[in-house]
Amino acid sequence: MILEMKNIQKSFGELEVLKDISFGVDSGEVVSIIGPSGSGKSTLLRCATFLETIDGGEILYMGEKAAHTDESGKAVYVHQKELHRFRSYCGLVFQQFNLFPHYSILKNLTDAPIEVQHRSREEAEADAMELLRKMGIADKAKAYPYQLSGGQQQRVAIARALAMKPEILFFDEPTSALDPELTGEVLKVIRQLAEEKMTMVVVTHEMPFAKAVSNRVIFMAGGVIVEQGDPLAVFDNPQEERTKQFLRVFER
Amino acid sequence: MTLSTMLSTMSVGMLRTCGIFALTLLGSLPLGMIVALLRKSRFSVVRGIIRVYISVMRGTPLMLQLLVWYFGPYYLFDLSIRGWRFPALILGFILNYAAYFAEIYRGGIESISVGQYEAAEVLGYSKSQTFLRIILPQVVKTIMPSVTNEVITLVKDTSLAFTLAYQEVFSLSKQISASQTSFMPFVIAGVFYFVANYVVAFVMERIEKSMDYYR
Repeated sequence: MILEMKNIQKSFGELEVLKDISFGVDSGEVVSIIGPSGSGKSTLLRCATFLETIDGGEILYMGEKAAHTDESGKAVYVHQKELHRFRSYCGLVFQQFNLFPHYSILKNLTDAPIEVQHRSREEAEADAMELLRKMGIADKAKAYPYQLSGGQQQRVAIARALAMKPEILFFDEPTSALDPELTGEVLKVIRQLAEEKMTMVVVTHEMPFAKAVSNRVIFMAGGVIVEQGDPLAVFDNPQEERTKQFLRVFER
Repeated sequence: MTLSTMLSTMSVGMLRTCGIFALTLLGSLPLGMIVALLRKSRFSVVRGIIRVYISVMRGTPLMLQLLVWYFGPYYLFDLSIRGWRFPALILGFILNYAAYFAEIYRGGIESISVGQYEAAEVLGYSKSQTFLRIILPQVVKTIMPSVTNEVITLVKDTSLAFTLAYQEVFSLSKQISASQTSFMPFVIAGVFYFVANYVVAFVMERIEKSMDYYR
């Protein structure tokens, strides 16, 4: 198992956002997480990528514990140095891209590999150009983020995450900030990655995409996993009432 | 007094004005950053002290602060320090301007979206790498107009050294104008300040242009 999240609890002050979430992701799997706003989907992703700290439960990458709950019920994380290694296992693509505006596209892709992973400039640049070619934007290497369209920027963001060679790639509503035309080009890239057996977890509202590309769909609502399973099963034959209620909206 | 004598006498003042200007920037630009970072300290005592410091520095006249630094040691602690005039002057300027720069830096830092920090964190950058490589360059570009304002103000504020009887160009212009009953010294001083500010504006604009490669 690449990732295991067990009995995850997370609250923001009084608000309990994740009540008791458990799921795992195997190598090569593509898991889609769908659900209404406020269901905790983004929070779950942020906990998995260590942007947020859990209040309870366990997070395991490759069978190793990054965080667990001790006897007193408090969540305990490994030391900074170890956490650094766990961070290198995951990549995150944000809804708002979050590219570095003062870096060229090429530098956005090579800076972290060079400065964080201490790879050589030649290796980093060669890898970066290869990624840009795959994304279809090799000609934009010297350009700056502000000169690219939203769809292109998001593809750069995906390339930037891939440049770090993560074990698993997380996507937090990658196309929600894009208009329908640009959404397609990003989904195409994600589909391509799925075909290459990249392990991915995608939080999305693009139902047809989730149905077509994922191996498994998780439906979250109110901080719990309501239903999960094969995409055809969840979409075409939902068991839970909450799931049916949510999917009904998309049938219009 | 001939014009050339006037000019050569006042040029000593001009150099001193430049000296105050340079030393103040050298001291307050970095100190301002330290203050801005301390203002975000985990310890509420530190935060409190910094906020009081900024409030007092910006809330009272620089002229008054210069007098406090100059006369403070003697009146409060009975200390008579030789050659205290210049150090007191520079201390007053640096502490005052550091407070203004601190707030400019803070505004710049707070304008950077949290997404930048998060992207850097997920990519594995350390806190210092994030600050130096990702945040600071963007902050510098954002704060340039405000920094330019402060620097231009500083060029003119150097004339406050008059308060401590430090003979920079403004003080000299007053003195020579009185003793020679001539208007010329004021013209010379005016031209000097104008040219100095022109140079400052030119340099700042060049710096802003060099960061114009992105938006």
